[in-house]
Order: sequence, then C-alpha cells, then structure tokens
Amino acid sequence: MKASNIGYTRPRSLTQAFEILAENDAAVPLAGGQSLMVALNMRLSAPQLVVDIGELEELSQFSCVGDTVVLGALTRHRQILESELLREKVPLLPKAAAHIAHAGIRNRGTLGGSLAYADPSAELPACAVALGATIVIGSLQGTREIKAETFFKGLFETDLQAGELILGVKIPVIVASTSIAFAELARRQGDFAIAGVTAVATMAQAQIKSAQFVYFGCTDFPRPANRVAAAVMGLKSPLAAGAELDTAVGQDINPSDTAGMRGDTKRHLATVLTRRALDQLFGSEARDV
Amino acid sequence: MDTAHARKPGEAGPAIGTRIPRRELSRLLHGAGRYVDDIKLPRMLHLAFVRSPYPHARIKSIDVEEARQCAGVEAVLTGADINHMCKPLHGVALHRPGHRAAMQPLMATERAVWQGQTVAAVVAQSRAQAEDAAELIDIDWDELPAIVNAEMAIDRGNPAIHSELDDNIAFDFSIDNGDVAKAFKDAAVVVEEELRFERQVALTLEPRGLIADFNTGDGSLTVIHSHQSPFQMQEVFSHHFGIAEHKVRVQAPDIGGGFGMKLNLYAEELAVVASSIHLGRPIKFCADRLESFLTDAHARDHNIKARMAVSADGRITAMEVDDVGAVGAYGMQMRFNVAEGMMAITVSGAPYNFDDYKARTRSVYVNKNLVGMYRGVGLPLACIVTELLVDRAAAALKKDPVEFRKQNYRGKSMLPCVTPGGQRLETVSFHECLDKLTELMDYGKLRSEQETFRRKGILRGVGIATFLEQTAYGPPYYGPSGASISTQDGCTLRLEPSGSIRCVTSITDQGQGTLTGIAQVVADTVGVNYEDVGLVSGDSAISPYGGGAWASRGMAIGGEAALKAGRLLKQNILDLASAITQTPAANLDISNGQVINLQTGMQILSLAEVARIGYFRQDTLPPAFDVQLSVSRSFVANSQICYLANGVQGCHVEIDQDTGFIKVLGQWAADDCGRIINPLLVDEQVRGGIAQGIGAVLFEECLYSPEGYLQNGTMVDYLVPMAGDLPDIQVVHVETPEASTELGAKGVGEAGLIGAMGAVWVAVNDALAPLGAKIQHQPFTPERVLDAIARARN
Ligand SMILES: Cc1cc2nc3c(=O)[nH]c(=O)nc-3n(C[C@H](O)[C@H](O)[C@H](O)COP(=O)(O)OP(=O)(O)OC[C@H]3O[C@@H](n4cnc5c(N)ncnc54)[C@H](O)[C@@H]3O)c2cc1C
Repeated sequence: MKASNIGYTRPRSLTQAFEILAENDAAVPLAGGQSLMVALNMRLSAPQLVVDIGELEELSQFSCVGDTVVLGALTRHRQILESELLREKVPLLPKAAAHIAHAGIRNRGTLGGSLAYADPSAELPACAVALGATIVIGSLQGTREIKAETFFKGLFETDLQAGELILGVKIPVIVASTSIAFAELARRQGDFAIAGVTAVATMAQAQIKSAQFVYFGCTDFPRPANRVAAAVMGLKSPLAAGAELDTAVGQDINPSDTAGMRGDTKRHLATVLTRRALDQLFGSEARDV
Repeated sequence: MDTAHARKPGEAGPAIGTRIPRRELSRLLHGAGRYVDDIKLPRMLHLAFVRSPYPHARIKSIDVEEARQCAGVEAVLTGADINHMCKPLHGVALHRPGHRAAMQPLMATERAVWQGQTVAAVVAQSRAQAEDAAELIDIDWDELPAIVNAEMAIDRGNPAIHSELDDNIAFDFSIDNGDVAKAFKDAAVVVEEELRFERQVALTLEPRGLIADFNTGDGSLTVIHSHQSPFQMQEVFSHHFGIAEHKVRVQAPDIGGGFGMKLNLYAEELAVVASSIHLGRPIKFCADRLESFLTDAHARDHNIKARMAVSADGRITAMEVDDVGAVGAYGMQMRFNVAEGMMAITVSGAPYNFDDYKARTRSVYVNKNLVGMYRGVGLPLACIVTELLVDRAAAALKKDPVEFRKQNYRGKSMLPCVTPGGQRLETVSFHECLDKLTELMDYGKLRSEQETFRRKGILRGVGIATFLEQTAYGPPYYGPSGASISTQDGCTLRLEPSGSIRCVTSITDQGQGTLTGIAQVVADTVGVNYEDVGLVSGDSAISPYGGGAWASRGMAIGGEAALKAGRLLKQNILDLASAITQTPAANLDISNGQVINLQTGMQILSLAEVARIGYFRQDTLPPAFDVQLSVSRSFVANSQICYLANGVQGCHVEIDQDTGFIKVLGQWAADDCGRIINPLLVDEQVRGGIAQGIGAVLFEECLYSPEGYLQNGTMVDYLVPMAGDLPDIQVVHVETPEASTELGAKGVGEAGLIGAMGAVWVAVNDALAPLGAKIQHQPFTPERVLDAIARARN
C-alpha cells in the first residue's frame, strides 16, 4: 500500500491554487488528507498532482457576522467540537463533531474536505443540509454560492466542478424557538455511522411546527426527508406508536444492502433513530447505547 | 490490582511471583524497537506480489514485459521462474490418518484457488516501484466457479478443488464412547444448538514480514523473519531449498504480535526466499494491511451442531457434537488444518462428569484463504458449545446455572481421570475457580438486578463459561505428525566476568513478556538480582534448539529449561567458589549475587570475584579443576501431550433490543495457570485475551460475498474492539501447580480469549432469553441480534 508516483504542490495563495487547478485537469486538492491520503495509499485514486491547500489563510475563517456563522473550508473537526461560539450559535455542529472519528483524525480533517468528499455516512454534510447552510465555492472564474440541499447530488457526488474549491460555509444562527437533534449508531465509538439522523425543528408550545430531518449512513447522500418532515408536523411528547412515521421514513430513505448489513436493517435502525431524535426535540432523555 | 506488590527496580528479594513489567517496554516506547521493516541491508531489494483477484480462476497467460521495463525493477518472477527452486508445500498431518491435502506450489501457475494467492512477484529498488510495476502485469484470467462454503464442499455433486483428491474432504474423524443413543433416549431433558462461526484474522499490529538474504559467496541463507519459531523456519528453508541446515540462520527481531498467525508456513514467504536465491540479493517483503487480511492465516469458519442429555435429577449424561470447518484451499503445512476441529470435539464437555460421548469433525476445502493457527485454536469452540448447552439444560430444569455447573463438574476427588473426549485431567480446579469467580463478580447481586431490569423491559444477561486450555503441546502430539516441530526448549546461561548472567533462550516473545518471566526464573534459581540477568532470544543459530512461542508454552517449557540451566550454573559456580575458598560446596549458597557460607550466613565471595578467577586467573586453581561457567539445558516432557490449564469467566451484558447493539458491562476471570511467575504479565495476558475474545464474538468477521470474494480488508471495515468498547476486566487466580514439572507453571496465553468467548456467548443468550430469542451466529452483529429477536417474535 504505497501511493503511486504523484506530483505534489503547495500553492501560497488562493489565486495560485485556482491557477494550478485550472491548468491541470488531473489535479486534486488536498485538505486534511484524512480521506484522500487513504485513497492514494490504497491506489483507489491516482491523480497526477495533489494541490495542498492545507495552509491557505484565506480558507481558515471562523466568525459570526450578524445572524450568520461563517466557517472557512479549512475549519478542522476539532475546532468545531471545541468552539464556544458554535456551542452557542449552532450547537448542532459540535454535537455532531463529537461523533466524527478519533482525536488524531479530528485534528486534521476539515469541514471543506468532508463536504467535498460527500461520504454518505459523514456527519457534517447532513448537518449542513439540516441547518440550511450555504456553501461558498470559488474558482478562477469567481465565487458562487449554493444551498447545501442542492449541493449534494449522489453517492460521493456534489455540484463541485473541475477547478473549483469550497471556500467556506455560511450557516444561519439558531433561534430560540429552534430545537435540534442528532442521533447516530456506529459499531464503535468514532466509526462511520451505519445509520444516523439529524433534525432541526421550529417548536411552538412543545409541539413541532416545522422540521427538517436529514439521514446519513443509510442514504446515498444527504437531502431533506420531506415525508418525515410532514409526518412529524404537530407531534408532541409523548410519542404514540405511529406507524405512519415509520412508513414516512421508509419512503424517504431506501438504503441498499452493504457488506455485513441489509438495507432493511438500516431502514429499521433509521426508524428507531427517528424516534430518538424526536425525543431530543421534545427535550426528553434519549437512551444511549 | 495488587500494585502494592509491585517491585521497584533494584529491590532485593525473590523475582518469581513479582509484578515486573516487560523488560523491552522502555526500549519499544522510546521508539527504539527494531522490527523487520526497520532493518535495511546493503543491496537490499523490495518485493511486491500480484495476487489472484478471483476465488477460483484459470490463468490463461501472464504478460510481464511492460512491468519489466519499469523504473527500479530488477526482476519480475512468476511461478514458471521460481516454483522449481522449492519443494512444494504439503500440509498433511501424518498423525491424523486419512488427512489429505494437495501439493501447493510457491505461486499459482495454471490456476489460482483463492483470492489473494500469489501469481507473480516484482522485485524493485523500492516497494513503491514494485507496486507501480505490479499494476502493469497483464494476466488473462478465466474465472471458474468457486466452492465458497462448507455445505458446497461437502456436496459430492460439486467438483473437487484439487482433482487429485476427488472430493473436498480434507479430514473426517469421529469419536464414539459409551452408549450415546441410549443416553439420549433415557434423558429427561435434551437441549440442542446449531452454531455458526464466521472467519476471523489474527490482526497483529505488525504485519508479517521477512528479509531473505542468500549469500552467493558461501551459499548460506539468513532470514530475518517476523515469525514465532525461527527453528521451525530454519528447518523449513533448509528442507525446501536443499540448503544444509547449518548454513541456514533465521533471526526473529522485535515482533509486534503473533497470536499463532506468525507460526504458520506461508508459500509467499518461501517465494521471497526463492527470489533472493534467484537474484543473489537481500529481499524484503512486508505484507501491507490489505494483504494481511487476504493471506494471514484465517481462523474459525465452523458450523457446529451439538446436543446434551440430562437426567431428571440434573445430571449431564451424554453429549454429541458434529463440527465442520472450512479450511481454505490447501492444507497448512507444519500446523495443519485439523487442529480447530480436533480440539473442538476432544475438549467439548470435558469439565463435566459424563461418559457417553459422540463427536465428529470434518475439515473441508473451499476456495478461500488457508486456515491456520490462531490463539485458542478450537478451544473456544469447545467452550462455547459446552457452556451454551449447559446453560440451556439448567434453564430447562429451572436450575441456577452456577449450581447446575457445580453439580456436574469433575471435582478434585475424581482426579486424575480421562474424559470421553480423551483429555487427561489431573490438576484442574473447576469448583475452586467458579467459587472465586462468583464472589468476584457478585453473581447473586447481578442475578437479582437482572430481574429488576427485566421488569423494566431492559435486557441484561449474565454468562458463566468454564474452559480448559491445552498448553504446551508436547511430543506425543507433534512427534508422530511428520512435521519437524520441536516441542523441547533450551536455555544457555553464562556467568559474565562482572558477575551478571547472560541468558540465551530458544523461547521467543511477540509481546507476551515471556522473556521477562524467564529472567525471573533464572535470577531466583542462580541467586542473582533480576536486573543482573540479560536476555537474548530469537536466533536459530545461537540458542539451544527449541520450539519458540506457540500453544502457550513459553513459561511452562522454556521456564523449566531455564530452571534446569540455572541449577547447573549455580552448582558450577559453587564448585568453583569451593575450590577458591577451600570450603565444601555443600556449605555454600548464592544469594543477591554473593556466595554465602550457609553455616555462618556470611557473604564470602561476590560472583564477580568468582568469575574473575574463573575467566582470568585459572592459574590459581588446582590443575585439574574444570571451569564451566557457560551451561545449556533443554527440557521436554517426553510423554506429556499438554499441560491442561483451566478457569471460569463471567460476563455481564446489556442489549438494546431496538438497535441490536450489545454493551459488555463487566468481565471477570478466575484463572488457574499453575504456578504464576509474574502476576502482572499473567493478568495482562488474560486481559488481552479477553479483549480479543469479546472482539471475536461481537465484532470480528471476514465478510465474504456469496461468490466467495472477501469484501473487507481494512481496519475501518474489519472491526476489533477498542479500549472504549471494552469493560473493566477483573482477574483473580487459583494456583494449582502442574504436577509433572519442578516449576509448576502452565500456559496462560489463550485462557483469556477462550473463556471470554464462551462467557459472552452465554451472557448474550441469557439476555435474550425473556424474548424466547437465541443467537447462534458469530459475530453477534446488530443485524443478527435484531433478526434473532424478530424470529422469536414471529
Ligand atoms: C479512521 C477514520 C475514521 C473516520 N471517521 C469519520 C466519521 O466518523 N465521520 C466523518 O464524517 N468522517 C470520518 N472520517 C473522515 C474525516 O472526517 C475526513 O477528514 C473528511 O472526510 C475529509 O476531510 P479532509 O480535510 O481530511 O479531506 P481530504 O482527505 O484532504 O480530501 C477529501 C476530498 O475532498 C477534496 N477536498 C478537500 N478540501 C476541499 C476543498 N476545500 N474544496 C474542494 N475539494 C476539497 C479532496 O480533493 C478530496 O477529494 C474518518 C477518517 C478516518 C481515516
């Protein structure tokens, strides 16, 4: 498992990075390397040139402007996990980041890398969709913005075009009437989720007024689970048996069989997690195993 | 636990029985370890293999031309180039009549019979260059139908993988003792189980690796090898390549874990040696993680049906076991592929007092990687099968499982005895271990809590598992097998001129700490401080001939050899001291590195002074005095098949019935491995084994597709428990010394794993009992747990 002979370059500015990417069709950006290096070493990917953007100041923003939090693409998972700012303004992110891998990987892995890679089991892409985040993308041609829910297009597939980089993410600050939930099942602490769900809901008198549910680990890519959103409207604690809810989950996600787990098992787990997420939205204690 | 007994460096007093940390720890933790991959020889080249991507396929052609032209490439070798250099491998066990295996070439030439079998080797200046070139080798394959599981292998309608064997049965062996049919007919209760165990790998931290260095000048071969038995490999290389044995030297440097996996013989490792001979250059091959998953000896892959007969008054009267193991595409030379099944059927039921026993094991060939030795071998299967049935029987009779076990164990008063499976029990201690265990885990409290939780709908389970560990397999087993495997071990001791001791042992250490224990034995036997004993091991050219590390034998055999060598060196030192001081040797002793006069209790001479005279002033000694300050002793128990260690473990689990997730809340062990030389290392052996046992039952699985393709090959998708997934583990001991040796030590390397697997199986099934659900398929993934619950509900 040695990477094949590939070129490496570290641009000193964002513009230079854009230029290199524009010149080389077979160039690939490298951020934290926690997904890409694995692929290179296992020879699953053999680009001609790796463009290391890991030191670019321009991608390291971390601030709150008005009611929007702006996070640069190079925001490390660890920063998300430990940020006081986020705990207050977008608590879903640190909550989710606690489930990402292990300390060593969180130290290096980046938000931009996670969104660009679009692993169906990753936490942050799902959160970006649930939070209504906007992804800021740049290239030699300029900058464009795209809603997270249209950015993800399929299994490991996004709207990113050749020569483009994710610059950062804009996330609306959570307001008082918003309740959040995050639940996932991983075989071991730090493993990729075999099923997970995150929800952001507007509550009124302990009742769900509107909600966004996004699944991961049991879908091809993160997108709003609209049937579930409709089914939970008006729900309050305690939950009734509600076969409709399970049906809605089954309509929104259609997990395929993977090595060691059938799709129907994943679907079942998703229904269990949906109830646990609802418990969290209602503020009732969820059981953690 | 017990840290109060920890001994500080330099502190005087006996070393045996003290909690001394492994002696190599500091070196390894300073990054100063030297593993195969750290070693670079002049002119060394690197080798990468091209492997079959198919479980079974014909090789129509191999085109290596493009690869040969690649930068840094020195040679591209196929079976056609090097197979003829090496006698084919033949994994047949002569001590098991009827066992059959096909001849295995170094590399596949016409046909590959498992995914991962090597087809070509690229030798280049660097491993990366070798891999670059390997990608360019063009093989024209014709995929053939594969035999992917035991059912297919047994079905005679399917073709034989090796036509010379005419079917896929490697071995078929039965035991039939007493009147089993009658016992089952007369039984008040019959319980039965049908169990499935998926394949596992050993997953050592350091993968397999070797540097083969054939010297064209003198025709000698040196192999630096991450292997548990340098002696075995010396014989293998000598035999297979026709090099005189004294010209073959195998050195095992630091090794990052073996677990039996690095005891097997791998055709690809012989191919590395062949390449070195072919090119006359040192060649390194270190398996990467993907290759480790594909070709490190696999383990388990068994289907077992078993039942137990019990009388109305709660006596176990008979047992029946039918085992089938799918052992891969060839026989495993030297270590064979019958061991798991044989251990499973000969040890099942052994702790319990009944005579009517019938069992059968079959090993069958499939188009998968070879099965070989792995920690515990077939003993966990025996433990699981037996203890699950015992729990079911107790439940059927509404008896407490602990009481039921006590009623049926073979107690001290029945010893020695021979079980119907053929185990000779002499120094086992089932009742004693169980009593200690139930106290340690507060068994009664766990049971009453379990009731309370059940009423709340929470599933908790308590599992007890009694086990036997066959340690230090001896000459009656390996002798008739036809494999040149030495079950003896040896020790050379040398008094250094400064009065310290250098010990060279044939035992090897892959992280267990055995060498530390051997130094403890030497220190106490000679009468020096532990710190004054130096250790050398792992070189087939310098220590007395021996076995190395396997079957938990290091302390039991190597420790006894060290004891004997220590006795002899001490006597020689005393004889010399006697000549120097003109005092009868019988009046002298050695303590703390000083010769003392037993009558006065006075220190009269330091060992340094004895050595100074012995090495440099022989002129002052009587003319005929024979100075012998280097001694060697070997030890083997000629007639002992093994030393049986035993123990009982307890496990406490909780199952989330919505998700199928299992959490191990606690794990306890009461272990009897005979005399304990180093309690710290023994405890850690047990704990490490328990971690691996929990991993086996809950996590580890080589995931094969229905077509026989291995689907996981990284540590992201082959799961082993990490620290956070493990409970606190408590260990206590019963010490019943082995009767046939002076040291009295038995092995402990596999105990933790064997007992843990049994205890987790029983605990999880106990937790599921209120739902009427059974789980019988290892590992217990969330899906299998959910399926088990669903089956019970429907
Ligand atoms: C053992 C292990 C466990 C893990 N567990 C989890 C887990 O539980 N949950 C989880 O979410 N992740 C997990 N990860 C993945 C980890 O979070 C990665 O860090 C993340 O997926 C990618 O981020 P990165 O910065 O490392 O990206 P890289 O590996 O550097 O790049 C990944 C991909 O994104 C592209 N890319 C990177 N940055 C940009 C950018 N700014 N613009 C455009 N393209 C870009 C690269 O070209 C590449 O294709 C795990 C990784 C490992 C090794």
